[in-house]
Amino acid sequence: MDNVVVMNQQFSSSDWSDMLHQLSVEKDKTLYVQLFRYFAPRVKSYITRLGLVESAAEELTQETMLSVWRKAHMYNRSKAAASTWIFTLARNHSIDWMRKQKYPVYSIDEWNEEPEESETQAHSGEQLVTADRMEKAIKKLPESQAQVIYMSFFEGRSHSDISERIGIPLGSVKSRIRLASEKLKMIWRDGA
Amino acid sequence: MNIKHHLDEASLVSYAAGSISQSMALVAACHISMCPKCQKRVSESESIGGILLESLNESEIAEDALEQVMACLDNEPETGIVAAQMNQKSSVDLGVPQPLQDYISGSLENIPWKRIVPGVYYHDLPLKSERGGVSKLLKIAPGKSMLPHTHDGNELTLVLKGSFSDEVGRFTAGDIADLDSEIEHQPLVDSDEDCICLIATDAPLKFSTLFGRIVQPMTGF
Ligand SMILES: [Zn+2]
Repeated sequence: MDNVVVMNQQFSSSDWSDMLHQLSVEKDKTLYVQLFRYFAPRVKSYITRLGLVESAAEELTQETMLSVWRKAHMYNRSKAAASTWIFTLARNHSIDWMRKQKYPVYSIDEWNEEPEESETQAHSGEQLVTADRMEKAIKKLPESQAQVIYMSFFEGRSHSDISERIGIPLGSVKSRIRLASEKLKMIWRDGA
Repeated sequence: MNIKHHLDEASLVSYAAGSISQSMALVAACHISMCPKCQKRVSESESIGGILLESLNESEIAEDALEQVMACLDNEPETGIVAAQMNQKSSVDLGVPQPLQDYISGSLENIPWKRIVPGVYYHDLPLKSERGGVSKLLKIAPGKSMLPHTHDGNELTLVLKGSFSDEVGRFTAGDIADLDSEIEHQPLVDSDEDCICLIATDAPLKFSTLFGRIVQPMTGF
């Protein structure tokens, strides 16, 4: 057990993506257990922050982790980091539970003839490398911008909800979110 | 498809965060399905979620959680998923983005429209938001227009077929108008075919004419 903990700390974000990629190729329980030990406690923290009670958070965490196994074959490392993919699973399960209705998820359809594949590939490769730097970038955002990002992602609050909570106009909520997001994405693209 | 009007960054972030209303999430998901540019943007926003997830402190999970989940894995069939995917009809052939297919049967032609006024039809979708926002399909005949209105909250309008113009510009299939309370607008159908839009609000609209205020209770906007 101690071994596993030490090992986990040495894994970077992209190591987890490699492991999930391997799981997508071959359903290997040893790999799955490692992913579970790392992600399940974090998924539960996320769900708890959304305001769900302990028992629901526990149940949804297990459901989310079960869908990691079930949907592993759909994971595409060039499109998303493991943490991103697992985040969207946790998000969808929580919303389905809270709203009693399936969260509308997008699909990569065949609507567009002109593929932007090469660009997407290059970009996503970068994403894995800069995950740790992004975390620092979020911490460097001005308080007012970090606040709206946290309220959106961790408390699930809509623009109008945030506007009422912190007492600023709807337009200001949106411009704060825009500024924060653009700053984060800039760091992403330029590696600044 | 040449998409010129995209989701606003603030809407995109809320969609990725899962904090946008259910009705607006549907319209956002439909546009993203049709738009490679927004697919890339939303995956960046979702990565913010992934990084935040990794940065969280670990919660204590039930001692037997892993055991319970592992027990479920042992009972999992290995196949079955591929077959389900093969059954799906092409969303392009139907002219219906995939997220919308959960709520209507078949193509846009089969929708049981209700008339508001001559040339303007709507169909309610069962997605609601806590603050009284709704989502619906609208079909507007050539030369007709939506009633002029402003918003308390946000409004998303995605063109599925045909086109319209308003104070902001011209919108054709795939384009999304992402408006907030600042703007009063009156979309006008500017070609010789019906314009079919998917529209969602996160708060009731405010119509700026007396007529609009009279039909509002009937149409549920
Ligand atoms: Zn777009």
